[in-house]
Amino acid sequence: MTDYVRETHREFLKASRAAVADRGLQQILGRLGDTLGRKNREAWQALPNSDAIRERARSIKDATLADLATHLATLENSVVARGGQVYYADDGAAACQIICQLVKERGFQRVVKSKSMTSEEIHLNAALEQAGIETVETDFGEYIIQVAGHRPSHIVGPALHLSARDVARILSPVAGETLPVEREALAAFARRQLRSKFAAAEVGITGVNFAIAETGSIVLVSNEGNARLTTALPRIHIAVMGIEKVIPRFQDLAWFLKVLARAATGQKLSVYTSIITGPRAAGELDGPDEFHLVILDNGRSKILGSPLRESLFCIRCGACLNACPIYRNVGGHAYGGVYSGPIGAVLTPLYDGLAEHHHLPHASSLCGACQAACPVKIQIPQMLIQLREQLHEETPNDSRGESRAYRLWAAVLRRPWLYRWSSWWATRTVGRWFRRQPWIRRLPAGLAGWTEHRDFPAPAPLRFRDWWRRNSREQP
Amino acid sequence: MSASLPADKNARQSILERIRSRELPPRELPPLFDEGIRYADRWAQFQEVLSSVGGQFLSVADRDGVAATLAKLPVVESSRCRACTVPDLHFGNLDLNAVDDPRDLAGLDLAIFPGQFAVSENGAVWVTDESIRHRAALFIAQHLLLVVRQPDCVDNMHQAYQRLAFGERGYGLFISGPSKTADIEQSLVIGAHGPRSLTVVAVP
Ligand code: SF4
Repeated sequence: MTDYVRETHREFLKASRAAVADRGLQQILGRLGDTLGRKNREAWQALPNSDAIRERARSIKDATLADLATHLATLENSVVARGGQVYYADDGAAACQIICQLVKERGFQRVVKSKSMTSEEIHLNAALEQAGIETVETDFGEYIIQVAGHRPSHIVGPALHLSARDVARILSPVAGETLPVEREALAAFARRQLRSKFAAAEVGITGVNFAIAETGSIVLVSNEGNARLTTALPRIHIAVMGIEKVIPRFQDLAWFLKVLARAATGQKLSVYTSIITGPRAAGELDGPDEFHLVILDNGRSKILGSPLRESLFCIRCGACLNACPIYRNVGGHAYGGVYSGPIGAVLTPLYDGLAEHHHLPHASSLCGACQAACPVKIQIPQMLIQLREQLHEETPNDSRGESRAYRLWAAVLRRPWLYRWSSWWATRTVGRWFRRQPWIRRLPAGLAGWTEHRDFPAPAPLRFRDWWRRNSREQP
Repeated sequence: MSASLPADKNARQSILERIRSRELPPRELPPLFDEGIRYADRWAQFQEVLSSVGGQFLSVADRDGVAATLAKLPVVESSRCRACTVPDLHFGNLDLNAVDDPRDLAGLDLAIFPGQFAVSENGAVWVTDESIRHRAALFIAQHLLLVVRQPDCVDNMHQAYQRLAFGERGYGLFISGPSKTADIEQSLVIGAHGPRSLTVVAVP
């Protein structure tokens, strides 16, 4: 079900073409700029000092990552002091193993989950299923794609690629009747359906939006209220976080809450911001019997030392996706990973290997809209360029046509007379043939690779120096 | 219980060592305190934000009128099964303390709980589980009504954090509006997993 296909270059192009040809999907993606994208822009405009506030949030991440081991150790101590357990996992497989073991050791079988990108990243659902544990996603979007067997297509709206009609078609078999194509009715059905799952679940699994080192609290943000039910009803709460989710002090949270919801949906604050500290303590009326925190590395500590460490600032708000002209054309699935859009184009190669995902750093026009939307101002375009450079160094250019063309180009540029002569010659021949058509769609053999995905500008029928001479003569 | 996962001890070592080996130049954390934005009329600002996110606000001027005013609210009048943990208000006909299994709360129409304080900046109310036997009641009830005392309103989140005496309670949350989802076609549907309506009442 959650089988993430390694998309190769060709598959990316194929998926993109299919997405562009899919009229339903294009309609949905076309709306993004007016819905979430616009709300993001308006939210930054309406927030006095929004720039300084985002800068502040960014500098907290920056300082935290500079001393990450200390903050993680503090977090661990605080969680343990409040009666919780902490586990570390080198990679996704290890994290899945820890979680499955926690559930099975206690003889439990039913898990409810609230949306967590980290658990998507480690393919936790597949692992739980394999261990014979029933797992139900409780976020509406996540639930819909779980039933459909799809991958999430957006960081905050996993079912973004589906229309209300699609959703009705997907949920009707579960309901055993034909559900109306009506958003309210569909949401009401999912609510009823999921209530029974909450009631039966023994274990609740959540992600972590922020983990506060000094208090050992985890912070969960949602609009639906499902994260709260996930932690309120089952007797055990397991939370999974990447090492970068820790923030040092309780007060630091204020800055991130200010920017997270604004970036994601334009809200001032999400509907529910829960701060959970350990399992039920003596004297408390309610709370889970056990609290377990799984801290995941999965390649992050390696990124920490690289120029791409900024990617660890990401608070998974999805704003860069909504702003991206590429994402808004090809949608999330084309990216082939759990994370899509501009930040996905950085994260997927980092987590899953640059060689396998060499096309992703190129899936960007470097327009910078992502960085402008980002609540922590991550310099995504710069990172994409870095990855391109890295690719270039790692994979020597084996296209002889291209290097020959460059050498020829250099030889001509070094000799002004030759340049003058060849530009005259080019306008006389190719320039005149392409008089009515400023673009060459297909270059001949050897150079054909260049025009496979882009056009080549045809020489003008008249050189600039000739045009200049003629015009300056006409004007007194 | 974690003792049964020995492999994990090595992971802890190796992850922390890997992180330390990066030897990043130290950077100072920004200072803790910040003034934040202030409002001339905190409750007016609160009301404006709350209504923009689909919540309702009501202020009662005199202490004796609270019960009478609440009784007339449509959401109170129309709900049959009610839980109330606000001292001096007697609207509840379901005693949360008498319910052992939170799963039995399924029929709860209205929950009336105390809110610790309101935040003007973002229309949120801070709620803890101090008086609430079942945390789930906050989400299972069809409608939620929070009662906040009039002096308990802060300007912004920075002041809010200063008020939060943490380390005492294990659970608390900011609530800002009724539950909602935009998962279907990016269009808002009010009433997802949590309550379909939120009313905040400021009392003397
Ligand atoms: S990179 Fe920035 S905008 Fe994109 S999801 Fe992460 S925090 Fe949000």
